[in-house]
Amino acid sequence: MSTNSSTQIDPRVVLRVENISLSFGGVKALNNISFDVKEHEIRSIIGPNGAGKSSMLNVINGIYHPQEGSIFFNDKTRNRMNPTDVARHGIARTFQNIALFKGMTVLDNIMTGRNTLMKSNFLWNALWVGKARAEEEEHRAKVEEIIDFLEIQHIRKTPVGKLAYGLQKRVELARALAAEPTLLLLDEPMAGMNVEEKQDMCRFILEVNNQYGMTIVLIEHDMGVVMDISDRIVVLDYGKKIGDGLPEIVKNDPEVIKAYLGSGH
Amino acid sequence: MSDLAVTTFPQLLLQHASEIPNCAAYREKHLGIWQEISWSENLEQISAIACGFSKDGFARGMKLAIIGENRPKLYQTMVAVQSLGGVPVPLYQDAVATEMIHVLNDAQVSFAVVEDQEQVDKLLEIKDQLKYLTHIYFEDPKGLKDYKLAELKSIDQLIEEGSAHQALNADFFINEVNKCKGDDLSIILYTSGTTGMPKGVAHTHENFIRAGTQSTQFDKLRHTDNILAYLPMAWVGDHLFSFAQAMVSGMTVNCPESKETVMSDMREIGPTYYFAPPRIFEGLLTSVTIRMQDAGALKQSLYKWAMDHAKKVGGDILDGKSVGLIDRLLYAFYDLTLYAPLRNVLGMGRIRVAYTAGEAIGPDLFRFYRSMGINLKQFYGQTETCAYVCLQPDGHVKYNSVGIAAPGMQIKLDEHGEVLVKGISVMQGYFNRPQDTANAIDESGYFHTGDAGAIDSDGHLRIIDRAKDVGKMLNGKLFAPKYIENKLKFFPYIKEVVVFGHERETITAFINIDFEAIANWAERRQISFAGYIDLAAKDQVYELIQSCVNEVNEDLIADEILSHAQVSRFLILHKELDPDDDELTRTRKVRRGFIAEKYAPLIDALYSDKSDQFIETKVKFEDGREGVISATVKIRDALTQYAKNSDNSRAELTHEH
Repeated sequence: MSTNSSTQIDPRVVLRVENISLSFGGVKALNNISFDVKEHEIRSIIGPNGAGKSSMLNVINGIYHPQEGSIFFNDKTRNRMNPTDVARHGIARTFQNIALFKGMTVLDNIMTGRNTLMKSNFLWNALWVGKARAEEEEHRAKVEEIIDFLEIQHIRKTPVGKLAYGLQKRVELARALAAEPTLLLLDEPMAGMNVEEKQDMCRFILEVNNQYGMTIVLIEHDMGVVMDISDRIVVLDYGKKIGDGLPEIVKNDPEVIKAYLGSGH
Repeated sequence: MSDLAVTTFPQLLLQHASEIPNCAAYREKHLGIWQEISWSENLEQISAIACGFSKDGFARGMKLAIIGENRPKLYQTMVAVQSLGGVPVPLYQDAVATEMIHVLNDAQVSFAVVEDQEQVDKLLEIKDQLKYLTHIYFEDPKGLKDYKLAELKSIDQLIEEGSAHQALNADFFINEVNKCKGDDLSIILYTSGTTGMPKGVAHTHENFIRAGTQSTQFDKLRHTDNILAYLPMAWVGDHLFSFAQAMVSGMTVNCPESKETVMSDMREIGPTYYFAPPRIFEGLLTSVTIRMQDAGALKQSLYKWAMDHAKKVGGDILDGKSVGLIDRLLYAFYDLTLYAPLRNVLGMGRIRVAYTAGEAIGPDLFRFYRSMGINLKQFYGQTETCAYVCLQPDGHVKYNSVGIAAPGMQIKLDEHGEVLVKGISVMQGYFNRPQDTANAIDESGYFHTGDAGAIDSDGHLRIIDRAKDVGKMLNGKLFAPKYIENKLKFFPYIKEVVVFGHERETITAFINIDFEAIANWAERRQISFAGYIDLAAKDQVYELIQSCVNEVNEDLIADEILSHAQVSRFLILHKELDPDDDELTRTRKVRRGFIAEKYAPLIDALYSDKSDQFIETKVKFEDGREGVISATVKIRDALTQYAKNSDNSRAELTHEH
């Protein structure tokens, strides 16, 4: 089946997961999941708590290794991804529970996103001479562009731990953008935000998608947001895929409605 | 005409570009680094912008709207428009789209230069209702990639086209500049609309150049001075300070990165010349006070000693009066250890002259800054007079006055105490409103300011209130609301106050808490709260505010004219007064009439025996949606006390109600 589908794939597909199954002991977190992500699209994964959304991202990200299935990315099909490889090949992500360095400033946190792109060696960097210096200036310029883009100039030098939650989320997005990924994985970027912060975040996600042409895979609980900004949506429930398609189709799918209303469980 | 060497702003640009070509005209932070635009580059960019406009059909006499935060490109646009004989019309950038319709149509604006997508969206939203607008240019292209509209263009593209145009017509710009005359209109500024629809105030080049020249000479400003431009470009103060004075003196105008970074940008730049309305000085003092309250006991006492000493001698030292040696030495010690670092933290380390105006400033607040060595002065003026009427000369600063008549200006009071002004800075008139102009400027050329004032024996003007706001209480005594409000607003916990008393027996007050200050205060006392409404209704907060009101009442006992003006009852409003809800003007002045109408049930309750009152009010959110909030607002009595005139015994306390 996989050879069959690979001959027919849309050339715009940048990532395709096929028949992914992932278990933790007896718990089946993902059960035979397949979907694809096309270039420049915003692809959302939705589902109730425990549906396997974050697990799916972790599989793409190479943190979890599925027992079955394959992943097509960057012109190659593989059984498992490796986090370093993933980062080097242009996938960046944000986390559901913010994973920033709390004691470091916003600027330094975003600079860490450039890590995989830095080429000069440790010694040159420690001495901060020659190439290393020029390189840092180049990276800093790129980071400043992102700071400007996400409108966080005023907190540039503030330690992340002192920031409000909504701003921390924005900094995390900034760090992911700093890696200049081709594919951006966002795990609940709007959780815990107020309406205004959500609006801002939506605007930024659309802008990233529009201006930088980045492909985005998004996990989000706020249905209003998801329906508004997604190109296509995958619906998971108890590790199974129960829906896949355009927002308006998914929205009216009886099985999806059932899963969200919780009847039958 | 003959007394001015240069009579138009574009000529001033040419002059600086040839005399100080390498000095910085503007400084702006780009990608975290301050970038300079020299006067020669400034000329190059402005002429390119002008050529671009001309190519797009901008002709003499046309009007161009400028909407955005203070950006060099927007200031450059002003000069470019003036070079072509057009008139720039700056608008308040935080106004909602519907508010802009009136100004854009009233001023017959056909071109607009705006800062970013937000402003472009606003203009596109109201496009159908704009009679004249044909071209929109934007500075920041972010988010505008997919806007494919013929009338929309980026400034960068405009400059590119303008440069190409200029290459073919080398003399075009100079020829256009030479056509400009000093009595051409240079700007139309809109009044804030405290009363009715905003009116366009039309000034000529000479109005502003004269005001700018006199005031820069008054304070000896030079091209080496630095100013931070962060107040709305539509406001007359910014136009005088960051535009007219900067164009006259050639000083550097520094544009902060964003609204939120003003404080840190100010520390980085260290301006030598600074302007801020009282509320900003108030805000700074509040933040210092809050941070000091969080400091350890030793630091707190040191701060208290230093500030007490500053209060005692600081003002006199700044004014050059004689002060004892020991006091001087102690002041020098505190200056080294405390005042200088504090000035530095506030970004005021290099300030030579600082001004405030717009609203009356509390004398205690004013003294605080002067006593720690910041040469803070007041001036007085309004949109109609280029904000140039009275200035406080160095060494002759009276806390309760706004200074003497500025060079070239005459002031007098009419029989009702209203301040009348005549001189170099008085406007040509309201744009297209001859009737309003005739009402404002009388036959002898005096402009009626609408302010009630008094002139003392030294010629210093003291502003008491708006003439129309000064009222009479039922007992026939003077009711000057702003005077009481300012006294209350000096407390860091109180953000806004509206008092009532005209044709009443007693004086009552609406109070807006300062959320940040009170939230901090509550946190330190471990008082939990859910949000603004909840915090404002807390009993402990009421007690805190009550103590502030009591203190003001006690203070008033000593006032000869206003000892009767004590606040007897007050309430804390459940929502912050907001320009979006029309309760404040865009310059944050209280709109009394509107508030009195909107909150009528609360005022009735204040003048009854009720201890609380339910109220429902409409609110407008930033995105234009409307909602309703409701609350039961508590009402409290304050202690009012009256000095016994018959003998010198202690004030007697009476508890009313």
